[in-house]
Amino acid sequence: MNHMFTAIKKGRLLTGLVAVGAVVALAGCASGDPLDTSSTSGGDAAEGGAIVIGSQAYYSNEIIAEIYAQALEANDIEVERQFNIGQRDAYLPALESGEVQLFPEYTGNLLQYYDPETTAKTSDDVYAALAGALPEGLEVLDQAPATDQDSYNVTKEFSEANGVTSLSDLASVTTPLTLGGNSELQTRPYGPEGLLATYGVTVGFTPIEDSGGPLTLQALKDDQVQLVNIYSADPNIAAAGLVTLEDPEGLFLASNVVPLINTDAATPEVSDVINKVSAALTAEDLVELNSQSQNDQESADTIAKNWLEKVALF
Amino acid sequence: MNLIEQGFAWILDPENISGPSGWVARLLEQLAYTFGAVAIAAVIAVPLGYLVGHTGKGRDIAVSLSGGFRALPSLGLLILLALGLGIGFRAPLVTFVILAIPPILAGAYAGFEAVDRRTIDAARAIGMTEWQVVTRVEVPLGLPLLIGGLRSSVLQVVATATLAGYVAGGALGAFIFEAFALRDYPQALGASILVTALALVLEGIFALLQKLVVPRGVVVKEQREVRSRSSRTRAVMGTPIREGK
Repeated sequence: MNHMFTAIKKGRLLTGLVAVGAVVALAGCASGDPLDTSSTSGGDAAEGGAIVIGSQAYYSNEIIAEIYAQALEANDIEVERQFNIGQRDAYLPALESGEVQLFPEYTGNLLQYYDPETTAKTSDDVYAALAGALPEGLEVLDQAPATDQDSYNVTKEFSEANGVTSLSDLASVTTPLTLGGNSELQTRPYGPEGLLATYGVTVGFTPIEDSGGPLTLQALKDDQVQLVNIYSADPNIAAAGLVTLEDPEGLFLASNVVPLINTDAATPEVSDVINKVSAALTAEDLVELNSQSQNDQESADTIAKNWLEKVALF
Repeated sequence: MNLIEQGFAWILDPENISGPSGWVARLLEQLAYTFGAVAIAAVIAVPLGYLVGHTGKGRDIAVSLSGGFRALPSLGLLILLALGLGIGFRAPLVTFVILAIPPILAGAYAGFEAVDRRTIDAARAIGMTEWQVVTRVEVPLGLPLLIGGLRSSVLQVVATATLAGYVAGGALGAFIFEAFALRDYPQALGASILVTALALVLEGIFALLQKLVVPRGVVVKEQREVRSRSSRTRAVMGTPIREGK
């Protein structure tokens, strides 16, 4: 019996060795192919040539990713699109492993992901802190002036009636205030507790689960809530004539658009192209891009193409 | 500790139980939506169903109406209504009323239709007025099916009432929406377990109620005997559940 097993085991081992050997030999052939090396010698790090660009399942993020993709393509760098990946839990490991190599991110939110205790608030501080907080193998390129961060907004009527243009003005409002936003806002550091601690403003809270969408706007118009959390790049702020309150004490973490890249893919060519894009992407541009998607129902592809033509970088 | 245990631990944590945002309060809100919506729906659907069942008129409309209402997507309807009625409890309540109507309507008219025509003829023959036929024959004999309709609408609403949290309407869904955003899965599971438990308890109560409302003198045994002699299957009374046996 024993002998038979050993025989079988030996047989298997042999087959395994042959198989491994064959794979190694094939792999050797592939990397030894002179044609193959010549085609990738231009882009040193990008294995197989194409740089893989990902995006969140958030329309605005996808537009930025598409801009990166088209900008690289315009400079003869091959790209592969892996859009709509979802949450950070899902895509950050993929970026670290190099499955996805380039991703539009937001400085504040990304910093909070890696360092929840961070005390950095301003745009520059956050960007500096982010460079130190990123794990091995990931880096950020230049941040764009465009921001997409939480912001508190009131109606124009409310702003005028109470003389409120900044969060610090809210303390002098005598009528009770209710804040509306997604339910997680209640427990966020910039939620009701943050307002009280930073600005001495006491607010009630009403959870509305559409991320500053039509229900939130309606509740604001109906005066069921007086203060709502909407992303600063949301075109609805302008469309509904809302006033975004200033945040002089830095309650919100600044969150600029920033390209997150796998170090292996960060060749000078790629970095150069993406940095040019970032430098040109202003806050107004981002709102406009979002508006084209939300109000004009344009595709990310078309919006990215039009913007690149407008800024004429390449 | 696995996720299921964490869910139960969330339920048992005293911090999550009491207070205005504890689960006891949220559970009562869930119940209030359920019984509020079913009560309003019953006021609308029962008389309508009885009218259809007694006269036999408008049956097609009632059938297609109850079928059509069932196909409405609840969340879509809720958001649409909330845009008009504002956030809070009103839009969810109206949504759940609309959701609760079809089963009750169907139960009401099916209950009348299930009454043996010979029983009604007999009632008329002994000199009952139309009103007496309705109140003393059709309503009692149709009651088990009506309770069946109420039972399924309660079950539907108690499960769907979780959506109220989307438009600041409270109830147990508030925990679930919050938990998803914060990736607090024990909380999501804990709240889901509560919804499930509530639905099972209500289902049990209605199953019992459905048995209790069988009118005196009409027992299941008789139904079988009648059936064996007659080709009319739904002869004396009808509990749809027993029909197949």
